[in-house]
Amino acid sequence: MSILVKADTKVLVQGITGSFGARHAQLSLAYGSQIVAGVTPGKGGQLFENKVPIFDTVAEAVKQTGATASAVFVPPPFAADAILEAVDAGVELVVAITEGIPVIDMVRVKRAMEGRSTRLIGPNCPGIVTPGTGKDSHGGCRIGIAPGYIHKKGNIGVVSRSGTLTYEAVFQLTSRGVGQSTCVGIGGDPVNGTSHLDVIKLFMADPETHGIIMIGEIGGAAEEEAAEWIAKHGTKPVAGFIAGATAPPGRRMGHAGAIVSGGKGTAAAKFEAFRAAGIGVAATPSEMADTLLKMMK
Amino acid sequence: MNIHEYQAKQLLRQYGVAVPSGEACKTVAEARASAEKLFAAGHKLIVIKSQIHAGGRGKGTFTHGFQGGVKLAKTLEDAVNFAENMLGKTLVTKQTGPDGRVVQTILVAAAEKIKREFYLAVLLDRANSRPLLMASTEGGMDIEEVAEKHPDKILKEWVDPAVGIQPFQARKIAAGLGLKGDVFNAAVKLILGVYKTWWECDASMVEINPLAIVETPDGKESITCVDAKIGLDDNALYRHKDILEMRDLAEESPLEIEASKFALNYIKLDGSIACLVNGAGLAMSTMDIIQHYGGMPANFLDVGGGASKDQVSAAFKIILSDPNVKAIFVNIFGGIMDCNVIATGIVEAVRETGLKLPLVVRLEGNNVAAGKATLASSGLTIISGDTMADAALKVVKSVQA
Repeated sequence: MSILVKADTKVLVQGITGSFGARHAQLSLAYGSQIVAGVTPGKGGQLFENKVPIFDTVAEAVKQTGATASAVFVPPPFAADAILEAVDAGVELVVAITEGIPVIDMVRVKRAMEGRSTRLIGPNCPGIVTPGTGKDSHGGCRIGIAPGYIHKKGNIGVVSRSGTLTYEAVFQLTSRGVGQSTCVGIGGDPVNGTSHLDVIKLFMADPETHGIIMIGEIGGAAEEEAAEWIAKHGTKPVAGFIAGATAPPGRRMGHAGAIVSGGKGTAAAKFEAFRAAGIGVAATPSEMADTLLKMMK
Repeated sequence: MNIHEYQAKQLLRQYGVAVPSGEACKTVAEARASAEKLFAAGHKLIVIKSQIHAGGRGKGTFTHGFQGGVKLAKTLEDAVNFAENMLGKTLVTKQTGPDGRVVQTILVAAAEKIKREFYLAVLLDRANSRPLLMASTEGGMDIEEVAEKHPDKILKEWVDPAVGIQPFQARKIAAGLGLKGDVFNAAVKLILGVYKTWWECDASMVEINPLAIVETPDGKESITCVDAKIGLDDNALYRHKDILEMRDLAEESPLEIEASKFALNYIKLDGSIACLVNGAGLAMSTMDIIQHYGGMPANFLDVGGGASKDQVSAAFKIILSDPNVKAIFVNIFGGIMDCNVIATGIVEAVRETGLKLPLVVRLEGNNVAAGKATLASSGLTIISGDTMADAALKVVKSVQA
C-alpha cells in the first residue's frame, strides 16, 4: 500500500505541451508511471511523444482514458482555472506544480472546492512519488518534478512544504537502505489544498507506513496543528525538521508562505510544538533520516 | 511588494475610503505649496511625514541630527523647515538599520484633532484560507501586543470569498468599536472600502493604524485613516500594472534588485558565510546549519530548480559584492539538473571572479560523480563536503581559522 497514488494510478498532465510540463511528463514516462493523457486546449487529437493522446479538455481526457489523477503544469495566470476544470471533471487527485499563483486565486479555488470530493495537493509543490519495485524505484507513480531515481520502495512516509528538502530526506533514507511508502510535497504557498495534518492522517492509517518524516518551514501554523493532532492520536514514530530558524522576520524566504509576520510562524514555536508532541527533532537537516531511524529501533 | 503610505492612501481613496487631505511632495517648493493650500482650507495643524518603507518614523532621527521623521506644523514656516530637514536627508529608525534610508518624498497632510483611535486590518487567515477583517479599539498600538494582552479586544470577521464581504459584517465591526450615528455609517462605508482595496488590489495586507475619529475644522466628527500600510501579493502584480509602477527601487537593496534580474532569490543578511543553494527550503536549512555549527550566514540565495551556468555565475558575482563575505558554501541537491553542469558553472565563475575566499561545495544528485570530477580536476582549491553537515562544518571552520 501507499497513500494517494499507487503504481497503476492513471495520470493526466494539464499543460503537457509546455516546456516544463513536457519535460516532466517525459521523466514520469521514463520512470514507468502511467501517464495516460495530456490536456492542452487547441491541441486535442495530437500525440505527445508519439504515444500519449492530447485532449482539449480534462473532461474528454478523463472520459477517454479513465485518468483519476492530474498534474497541473499550467502557467500561474491560468492555473486556478485549470485546477477547477479538473475538479469539475471529477478527477480524484489534482497535483498543482505551478509556482506563482496569486493568493486570491487560490482562496477562490479552495472555496469552490468545498464539498467536492477532489483532493488538491499544492500548488507550488514538487508533487508525489510512490516508489516502484524496479531498479532505482522504477515502475512507481511519479506526479510532478521530483527525481524518481533517489527513491526506494519501503515503509517511511515523507511530507514536506519544500521540494529540495524532501529530496534531501528521501536521499538520506535511501542511502541508508530505507525505503519510502509515499513522499508528498504539499507546497510552499500560504493557501494550499492539503495540509501537513491531512497527509499525516493518511500515513497513520496506511498499514504500509511505519514511520513518518515531517518537514516544515517558517510561516503559518500548519506544523503546530499537525503536532497537536499527533500528540493525541499519533500511533507511529514521527521525526521532523523546520527550515528557517535563521530567517529574518518579515522577509519572504523564497516560498510565498515562508514568512514570519507579527511574531507568528517562527521556527522556534514549531520546534517547540514538535517536542511537546513527542516528535523527534532533527538538530540539523542532515539528520532527518537518522533521527527517525533512531526512534524506530 | 511594499508601497509608501502616500501610495497606500491613493489606492484607498480610489475605493472610496476617507483619508486626510494631503499631497506627496518631492521638493521643498511643492511642500510649501501643499502646506499653504491646507492652511487656506482652514486646517490649523498639518503633518509632514517622511515616506520610507520602514516603521518607527516618528521616533526616528536623521543623520544630520534632526529629530523625528513625522512632525506637526502649526505655521507655514515650521512646515517648510521640516520639509527642508527631511527631503534628501537620511532617516534612521529602529527598522531601517544603522544605514537608514534617504527620504525622497514627504507627505504633507491635514492633521485634524484626533478624538479616538482604532485599529483596522484585512489579511489572509492561513488557517482557513479566507480573508479576515480585524479591528480593535486599541488604535495606535502594536496589534501583536494587543493580541497578546487583550485578545478579547480584537474583533474578527471572516469573509466568504464566494459572496464577498456583506455590509452587515462591516456594521458588526462598527458596532463592536462602539460607534454611533453619522460616524457609524461613515465607518461602515470605510470598512467596506478597505476590504475592497484588499481584494481588488490583490493585497497581502491592508493595515489602518490608527483609524481615527477626528474633529474637522467645522467642529463636526468624521472617521479617517490617519496612517495606512499596504503590502501586495507579488504573484498577482502581473495584473496590476498601475500598482507595479508604484515600486520604489530606492527602497530595495541594490544586490537584491540585481539578483532579481537573473531570477535569483537573494536576501542579504549580516553574517560572513555566503550560501548558494537550489530550492527555498534547502536554502533556509543551509543558513540554519551554518548557524548550528557556530557560523553566521551572509545571505539567503535560492538559484531555483533548474539553475543555468549564467545564473550560477551571476550568483557568484552578487554574493562576492558583499564585503562581509569571508567564505562561500555551495549546497546543491541536483535531483533533475545535472550536477556536472553546476560544477562546470562553479569552476567558470571561480575563474572569472578570481575567487580568493575559501569555497566549500556539497554536490549531490544526478550525475554527481562527473560533477565532483570536474571540481577535482579544475586545479582550483575547492573544498568538497560529503554531506550537508560535513560541508557546513568545513565552511564554518574556514572562517574561524
